[in-house]
Amino acid sequence: MINQTRQQQTRYLFARAGFGATPAELDEAARKPLKKVVRQLFKDSTSVPELRVVDADTNETKKQLRGMFRNGQLDKDMLKERIRDNAEKVRDLNLEWLDQMATGKAALREKMALFWHGHFACRTQGRNPLFMQQYANTIRQNALGRFSDLLMAVSKEPAMLQFLNNQQNRKNAPNENFAREVMELFTLGRGNYSEHDIKEAARAFTGWQFTLDGQFIFREQVHDEGGKTIFGKTGAFKGEDVITMLLENKQTARFITAKIYRFFVNEIEDKKQIDELAEQFYKSNYDITDLLETIFTSDWFYDAKNVGAHIKSPVELLAGLRHTLGVQFEQPQSQIFVQRTLGQLLFYPPNVAGWPGGKNWIDSSSLLFRMQLPNYVLKAAEVAVKSKDEGDINVQSLARKGGARFQTKVDWADFEAAFSKTADADLTDAIASTLLPFPLRSDQRELINRQTSSGQSRSEQIHAVTAALMSLPEYQLT
Amino acid sequence: MNRRNFLKQSAFTTAGTMLIPHFLKAYEAQMMGQVSASNGKILVVVQLSGGNDGLNTVVPYRNDIYYRERPTIAIKPEKVLTLNNEIGLHPAMTPLKALYDEGLVTVINNVGYPNPDRSHFRSMDIWQTASDSDKYVNSGWVGRYLDAACAGKEQQPFRTIEVDDTLSLAMKGDTLNGLAVLDPKKLYNQTRSGLVTGLSKEHTTAQPESVAYLYKTLAETVSSAAYVYDKTNRAGIPVYNTLATYPANELGNRLKTVSQLIQAGVSTSVYYVSISGFDTHSNQPGQQERLLGQYAEAVGAFMKDLKAAGRQNDVLLMTFSEFGRRVKQNASNGTDHGTANNVFLIGGGLPAKRVLNEAPNLTQLTEGDLAYSVDFRQIYATLLHDYLGADDVAILGRKFDGVKIV
Repeated sequence: MINQTRQQQTRYLFARAGFGATPAELDEAARKPLKKVVRQLFKDSTSVPELRVVDADTNETKKQLRGMFRNGQLDKDMLKERIRDNAEKVRDLNLEWLDQMATGKAALREKMALFWHGHFACRTQGRNPLFMQQYANTIRQNALGRFSDLLMAVSKEPAMLQFLNNQQNRKNAPNENFAREVMELFTLGRGNYSEHDIKEAARAFTGWQFTLDGQFIFREQVHDEGGKTIFGKTGAFKGEDVITMLLENKQTARFITAKIYRFFVNEIEDKKQIDELAEQFYKSNYDITDLLETIFTSDWFYDAKNVGAHIKSPVELLAGLRHTLGVQFEQPQSQIFVQRTLGQLLFYPPNVAGWPGGKNWIDSSSLLFRMQLPNYVLKAAEVAVKSKDEGDINVQSLARKGGARFQTKVDWADFEAAFSKTADADLTDAIASTLLPFPLRSDQRELINRQTSSGQSRSEQIHAVTAALMSLPEYQLT
Repeated sequence: MNRRNFLKQSAFTTAGTMLIPHFLKAYEAQMMGQVSASNGKILVVVQLSGGNDGLNTVVPYRNDIYYRERPTIAIKPEKVLTLNNEIGLHPAMTPLKALYDEGLVTVINNVGYPNPDRSHFRSMDIWQTASDSDKYVNSGWVGRYLDAACAGKEQQPFRTIEVDDTLSLAMKGDTLNGLAVLDPKKLYNQTRSGLVTGLSKEHTTAQPESVAYLYKTLAETVSSAAYVYDKTNRAGIPVYNTLATYPANELGNRLKTVSQLIQAGVSTSVYYVSISGFDTHSNQPGQQERLLGQYAEAVGAFMKDLKAAGRQNDVLLMTFSEFGRRVKQNASNGTDHGTANNVFLIGGGLPAKRVLNEAPNLTQLTEGDLAYSVDFRQIYATLLHDYLGADDVAILGRKFDGVKIV
């Protein structure tokens, strides 16, 4: 029997730093020192398998398609179909990424990229799979590198420039949206800049544009080359200079560190711990790996007050469930349905501020749905819920289908094998310890065991107990 | 197990817990016949998702610019259901015109907000959270109404109900969320599985607040589902059946449910319902005619139902959409995303104001779009303060001058 405490620690680590672990993975990790397990997580994340649903030279934006329609290259039905195809490619991108989270080796990288997707929130209207694909690969490639590189790269992504209207930000006709969000949401946080800084920074970002085939381009003729005063400094600044100034400001390190802390450790901030981490992050030139490694190897990370404090996001829940039981969806559309119903659809964050997270995930209907999810996924129970139609004609193809019973394949053999030596009487607690942040209480154990019946085979019992444990409110927590 | 036994049993098994007595107290209050809605007034919000084209809903049928900018999709003057000498309703909305003639409808033109956003999702967020367009707020205006209504009292999610399977941001408060109920019986059944019911009686003093929060939500959900089901059913049979005939479409079904809940005496002050499909970028005329017809028929049946029950003065229905559409039609017989739009207020015992303000000004457009003259939050403020008797400033975060309707 492995040491409970160590096992709970590794379970917690895998749940936070990735998308959970199988019992076999937990067993193996529990035999190594924790530091080594952490190092292995980073090692496993060195590779970045590219997400690819579309090629740059075959991609056509909605605008281009409309042009082809006007030229007579496409008829009306073809135009409609091509626009729908684009929306469906964004869906495919969503599913490819979800597969990486659930089954890929680089779980930590994908987890961090999911964090950055919420931080550098960028929403497509189904318009442009190429831009979203580039954006996704950029945040994934830079997820564990330097924040300074990530910030510069993502700021120059066509998806982001488009989403934040920088194409319309021109000399003598500035659009402040991009400059504002870069400061408010991406680096400093509200209250750490003036309206004047935004106005002037917007001028510096004029000319940051993109081409339809997804290239960043600096258009000198629309750039305002005049002098600007930003954060008290005056010069003929360009966009890059503003980014550099933002990174020089220690507040950026503090703001990002606090957000990472809330995501990986606890929504309730510990000011002392965050201050120390922020100081280190700044000194390390924004080395994300260094920051995360410090967190995951700190004793306080494993404090009782942190364990179970995080409410899984819908994507964490779905990817985690898939990972633990090797679940494959026969109709991937079901996974879109789950994301939509629970309020986290990849590439469709609610706005540039990202998903609010935490308790915001939970209301009466989302909690009931989450508690039913194991039955939908593992037992093909009838899905009693419809997700809402947002009214945007472009995402309707994402709304259709997927509401019926799920068809899945579950790799029970591997899961069961991990408990082959467990005595019948210990089975429920043994499974629980691989899935939940806390040991079962006696009343819970009784309730769970009531979901099994005496005539069942051991396999059937494992299935029933697992589904029931995954229906517990505690399974929503890491 | 019937309700009484369920209550007894839960009272038994949870004696001394922190969570359940909360809802039992609420339950007791209900059973003793205390009315929890503050003044008995009920608001029903009908959301038209996708951006309904307001100019073809309330048509400026004497305006040359309107006909010039919409050569193939404009509503012909002779087809319009005239409201006054400037504007009239889309011809598919006969039942709404009838309500108007009875003095039950108020039309508010040019409703919007500063720096409008033309993205569906964002603009809907702004309407649902009542935020400024450059702020991001994680709670909705109805949710904050619920927070205020339950502050210091029993936590009763069912005081604001969305007739749907999932809950909109509008319904999420800072401390409490409204209840999503599409079908009271279905929701009740969902909460009656051995596991869910059993767990809702669990108590936990576990440390991370997240655990307590999940169990609190679960207990409230189970109790609310039981409350709503109990109010509307006796021994599995609906207590109340509506008299009016509702059209067999989604909105008709949902408004019928609202009527059933109201007439069964459920203590809910705000209902929220939505219908989608208004994103008419191409071939608008047929699509919009169908949807507006469905809307008008459903609302007509709903008001008829309430009138038959003598409740039309207690129930006010507000209809909005996240934005209106461009004045100029596009090349596909449709319209693209615009800004200001009209809002309907129906019933509620309002004095008949009919058309509250000026018709849209098509000569003074902002980037091809209508300018707003009424901030939608002024309407919210009026509904909250004058109609529901709530603290509009606390709920909306600041004072908005009301519109003079109530």
